[in-house]
Amino acid sequence: MSVEQEQAERTIRCLVAKVGLDGHDRGAHVIARALRDAGFEVIYSGLHRAPEEVVQAAVQEDVDVVGISILSGAHNTLVPKILDGLREYDAFDDRLVLVGGIVPDDDKDELREQGVDEIFGPGASMDEMIAYIHEHAPER
Amino acid sequence: MTDLVEGLLAGKHSALARVITKIENRSPGYREIISDLYRHTGHAEVVGVTGSPGAGKSTLVDKVAAAYRDRGLTVGVIAIDPSSPFSGGAVLGDRIRMASNAGDMDVFFRSMSARGSLGGLSTATTDAVTALDAFGKDVVIVETVGAGQNEVDIVRTADTVAVLVPPGSGDDVQMLKAGILEIGDVFVVNKADLDGADRTVQQLREMLQNSNSSRDAGHHGHREAAGGNTPDGSDASDERETWSPPIVETVANRGEGVESFIEALSDHGDFLDRTGKRERQARQRVAAEIRTLLREDVNGLIAGELDRHGGIEGYVDAVVARETDPYTVVDEVLEPLRACLDETRDA
Repeated sequence: MSVEQEQAERTIRCLVAKVGLDGHDRGAHVIARALRDAGFEVIYSGLHRAPEEVVQAAVQEDVDVVGISILSGAHNTLVPKILDGLREYDAFDDRLVLVGGIVPDDDKDELREQGVDEIFGPGASMDEMIAYIHEHAPER
Repeated sequence: MTDLVEGLLAGKHSALARVITKIENRSPGYREIISDLYRHTGHAEVVGVTGSPGAGKSTLVDKVAAAYRDRGLTVGVIAIDPSSPFSGGAVLGDRIRMASNAGDMDVFFRSMSARGSLGGLSTATTDAVTALDAFGKDVVIVETVGAGQNEVDIVRTADTVAVLVPPGSGDDVQMLKAGILEIGDVFVVNKADLDGADRTVQQLREMLQNSNSSRDAGHHGHREAAGGNTPDGSDASDERETWSPPIVETVANRGEGVESFIEALSDHGDFLDRTGKRERQARQRVAAEIRTLLREDVNGLIAGELDRHGGIEGYVDAVVARETDPYTVVDEVLEPLRACLDETRDA
């Protein structure tokens, strides 16, 4: 596939964000690279970001997808803050919010209710994730 | 569409972000947006920062942005990273180093990818600077890896260009001599705490002195007609004022040298104002922009014309078979265009 063909469609931009005290980012690196290879533009946040920083990046970079990787169990506290921040800047409606990491089933429903579009747990395949993004990336 | 422009002018960050996206994608209507924004521009100081990968550009830009914020100025940053020639994808990682400005929306940091074949990166960057300028940013910093012609074009959108040179890059510096060295208004030896930094400063100084004569004939061009005072450290053999690029030493990750760097940028700004060079630079920039746009649009027209003739492959076949030649083909494709132009000219 040539770059020209790739350019014919809109370039999808994704933020891969690590939030909170969770210091494990190997998974986030793997995902960033896989998304890059799928032709996406990936903005990686780096470790230990505050929710406001994730919001700032998502707004300024005008990403189509906000991917939050979280393994520490603090998702119930941190993810809603990000969602609220996106709403505050009118940057929620036309953005896909994905959570990746370790999220217990009970919490999944709760997060979905609050506005998370999809949650990818351990074992989720990259292809699955990329297909999901292609299918659900909001029209702009 | 006008909502977007209104939103941007009203200071809405999401509108600014969306405008830059439209610029990058060349979405329908982006030209009208730029047209609307253009009259609101001309206030921002534009600084280009370039240098080899790992020179510490992002870290320095982060600290510089924070220092400008301390002075009450608002800052826009455009950071350009390469894209994959295979997938077109990119990992844009400069944001990681913007920690000093975390949560401060008045530093608007935007990553842009080179988007491979698009070829219009410098146009897109110029337009993004326009958007940030119209938004009301006091300082706009364009950060890019200095590796090729494209990057050189990009930094020319800046009033002042800073080139970062990491210590121990003696041989690299030699290679930079022909290109990057000529575009720098300020040189920064970052990571000045590392071994070999002194030597790099020394080498750089020698090289800049040697190339001073050729600089005057090149991009920095036309010796300044106005003003008799020479800036410190320059050789005073010429009465008219020329700019001798200073070399600043920084340790960006500790914030050392940042103030001197900003001072050097502002000195250069003063020089541009004093000598009337800012105005000349702006005129050259506008001329370059018009030429680029003209070229792009004419290319588009020609591509359409080629398609109408069934694409380029048929012509290639004919030329390869020696039935015709490239010159004849070009004449044939351009004939209607020429006819049209002649007609309108006569009318």
